[in-house]
Amino acid sequence: MSPETAILVAISLPLAGALAIALSGRIHPNLREGVTLATAAALIWVVWGLLPTLMAGGRPAVEVSQIMPGLTIAFRVEPLGMLFAALASGLWLINSIYSIGYMRGNAEKNQTRFYVCFALSLAATMGVAFSGNLLTLFLFYELLTLSTYPLVAHKGDEATVRSARVYLGILLSTSIGLFLPAIIWTYMVAGTGDFVLGGILSGKLAGPEVGLLLGLFVYGIGKAAVMPAHRWLPAAMVAPTPVSALLHAVAVVKTGVFAITKIIVYIFGVDFLFATPSSGWLLYVAAFTIIVASLVALRQTNIKRLLAYSTIAQLSYVVMAAAILKPLAEVGAAIHMVAHAFGKITLFFAAGAIYVASKKTEIYQLRGIGRRMPWTMAAFTIGALSMIGVPPTAGFVSKWYILAGAFEAENLVAVFTIIASTVLNAAYFLPILYMAWFEREEPGGKEHGEAPFAAVLALCITALLTLGFFLFNGPVIELESQVVRGLT
Amino acid sequence: MNLTDQLPALQVVVPMLSAPLIVLLQPRGLAWAGATAAGLVSFAIAVALASAVLGGETLTYSMGGWPAPYGIALEVDAFSALLLLIVTGAGAAALLAARPSVDKQIELGLQPLFYAAWLLGLTGLVGIVVSADAFNIFVFMEISSLASYILIAGGPDRRALPAVFKYLIMGTIGATFYLIGVGLIYMMTGTLNLADMEARIGDVVALNPILVAAGFITIGLALKAAVFPLHVWLPNAYTHSPHMVTVFLAACATKVALYVLIRFDTSVFQAKLDTHEMQFALFAMPLAILGILVASAVAMFEGHLKRLLATSSVAQIGYILLGASFVSHAGLTAGVMHMFNHALAKGGLFLAVACIGYHYRDLRLSQLGGVAARMPWTCGALLLCGLSLIGIPGTAGFISKWLLITAALESGPWGWTLVAVILVSSLMAVVYIWRIVEALYFQAPVESDTPVSEAPLQLLLVTWGVALLNVVFGLFPAIPLALANASASLLTGGAP
Repeated sequence: MSPETAILVAISLPLAGALAIALSGRIHPNLREGVTLATAAALIWVVWGLLPTLMAGGRPAVEVSQIMPGLTIAFRVEPLGMLFAALASGLWLINSIYSIGYMRGNAEKNQTRFYVCFALSLAATMGVAFSGNLLTLFLFYELLTLSTYPLVAHKGDEATVRSARVYLGILLSTSIGLFLPAIIWTYMVAGTGDFVLGGILSGKLAGPEVGLLLGLFVYGIGKAAVMPAHRWLPAAMVAPTPVSALLHAVAVVKTGVFAITKIIVYIFGVDFLFATPSSGWLLYVAAFTIIVASLVALRQTNIKRLLAYSTIAQLSYVVMAAAILKPLAEVGAAIHMVAHAFGKITLFFAAGAIYVASKKTEIYQLRGIGRRMPWTMAAFTIGALSMIGVPPTAGFVSKWYILAGAFEAENLVAVFTIIASTVLNAAYFLPILYMAWFEREEPGGKEHGEAPFAAVLALCITALLTLGFFLFNGPVIELESQVVRGLT
Repeated sequence: MNLTDQLPALQVVVPMLSAPLIVLLQPRGLAWAGATAAGLVSFAIAVALASAVLGGETLTYSMGGWPAPYGIALEVDAFSALLLLIVTGAGAAALLAARPSVDKQIELGLQPLFYAAWLLGLTGLVGIVVSADAFNIFVFMEISSLASYILIAGGPDRRALPAVFKYLIMGTIGATFYLIGVGLIYMMTGTLNLADMEARIGDVVALNPILVAAGFITIGLALKAAVFPLHVWLPNAYTHSPHMVTVFLAACATKVALYVLIRFDTSVFQAKLDTHEMQFALFAMPLAILGILVASAVAMFEGHLKRLLATSSVAQIGYILLGASFVSHAGLTAGVMHMFNHALAKGGLFLAVACIGYHYRDLRLSQLGGVAARMPWTCGALLLCGLSLIGIPGTAGFISKWLLITAALESGPWGWTLVAVILVSSLMAVVYIWRIVEALYFQAPVESDTPVSEAPLQLLLVTWGVALLNVVFGLFPAIPLALANASASLLTGGAP
């Protein structure tokens, strides 16, 4: 398979999978789950098969349709997108294993629709990752919103539908109201929307307009949840836990920060933005989001809501890293997407496993749960340590790079924010760990053990990945450094 | 003379002559088959015409061999070819799907008459589009209007009668205004041929009657086109008419009136009246903006599925008029393109409504709980067309939105305000489409005595065909875009 074909296959494979899941769902659930796992495995094979080409410096590209002159649906694989696609496809398989355990353990209804929409959202994610221009990115960005809506609204009762309305409302209105005009503006100014290393806007836009366009992009991409466009993320907590994992780790929020990073690197160009003072506000907004979201997380009593606010803070790490506009920090932004994905998916898997096994959703209920669910809580601990950034976890690696970039730029705001948020992260995660391991369970609770095997297996794998990434991050950094080498 | 030269005449003659023949086809089903055959032939002719003028040529046909401006001329250029595609396409698609729904809503004995009226309506609409002569446009306008009064009132819903009466009154006022305007121009120029009119207006010394004529014609046609605030006849007429009639009329009827309006205001008057461009823009743009915002806002609170979509049509007409009111190449391209894309989206939506209406008598949103579970395919098609109406990328609606925003940004210092209007109304479209989605998918089902299944296959297949066209023309819009571009070039006088 040539790399060009592989791009198209990577996008159409989950689509075909969705169709097969819909058909096999009528025959037997086991067959349906088999199709999901087979599709996910095949997707990994296709996407990861592109890695050698990318490592060797290849940039496969393919054009699907020319809508108007200069306006095309086209794909082009570059290191950032490659990393994102590899991450999302890999986590999909693990997430599917977990979903099987969770959905069956909880006896959820409409499971076929669930798996179909999951596959569709992965197709959209592949499209986002491989998009070669702004229009293609926008197309798949919207498809991702639409295909995840039924997942968020899965339960279908009134409260869920209302929350799903917030989810859809914020994501669609920011994208149509701000992202689309930003894209059209870019096309009109630059005559193209292609992702080109070094940017396409240099010399075509100047002064405060640059800051304004950047603002349209950053707030138009509501999936990045930069405050005040973050409300959809806590609202989406009504979804089943595998969907939360999809939103927080595999696809949705990652699409947001990925798109912002990609636009900063390939549309504005890092050097151009660095030389334009009007774009400086982004760093402060991201820093503000990190601190405020962490403070809000401190006050949460529900596990999943705490994790949601933690995600909002962690996303702004990526945005802030990208906004530092220094090579090391850009690498840090890319790595933090991976590190956060591993850590946060572990945390969500653990929260979901706790819910399946014990129906517990609140933090105060976790006293002594470490003895009943040692595997789950061990994984939870690893994930939490990664969020704080303690070695030997993935979170340490990315924080290291972001800090190095901040020092290189002599950006004390960024340095201070990272230190302060590390303290805050520790302040809301460590008490949970202490409660779970060292306090005594309240008497009269339900007798329970671990969650179904598939769920525990999945969360152990992601916990191992979180640890493993600390040691074996060489290829990822090498890949992303290709972007940086083009920069400096 | 080869066949292509005869096509402009055949376009009108085929449905016109089929109509009386259909009346004779009494046995069950034959009237439908005959009408559908005529509709398909018309569509084939329109496709042939469109391919003949794709490069920007103009086909002229002189009735009886009398040359214009003395004889009656028919003319097909890129703009009229695109309209012909919309009108005959909507007619053919609606007819193809019509049988199950019409069998349920129209008495069997009346069906031949119903289909004959349908073909007459089609005749009138295509006649307006191919005529190169202001008076013939009036004649065909009356034919199409009379036919559509019959079609709208022909269903089982008695509430259609007051609705159609309102439509009749307002439609007649509109047609009369148009005729007064044409009379004034004839008085000053002595011609009815549009091209000749355009040339001779330049020789007129006293311009006041021409200005008055321009006012009468513009307002008369705006009434026919349901331009806000002259739209009050439209929502009820579309709501209470038989479902298939709504599909046909909503997709094309008002667009034909807009077509004549744009013809007159951008080419006939434009060429010689210095200030007309400004006057037209100042007249049309505020109405377009108000129409877009007010109608979208009303649709957000509308509780009846059909009236909601009909109200949204008023807003969509606003988009087309907004594009035209830029009087620029980009603006006209956007407006013309939106005629095509809106016909696809709204036609598909009303087809899906016809599917639902096949089983459900009460189409208020509050009564439609649980439809998605019973009719998943119908609701899927409805969702797809709804996304196109919103303008989600990958659908036809996105193309017109993109063009419209680009044209607004090019239009000068007020561009950003207009962009804001377009975007705000898109968000309103999200709201009203999502109200439908939530009602169909998440509302608790209303208890009914009969278990409901999917709509008949015939209806469903056409609905899905149109829904998929929304995606096809969203990804590969080259052909309609070429026609729209050529139309804009013609209307702005050749400049690309």
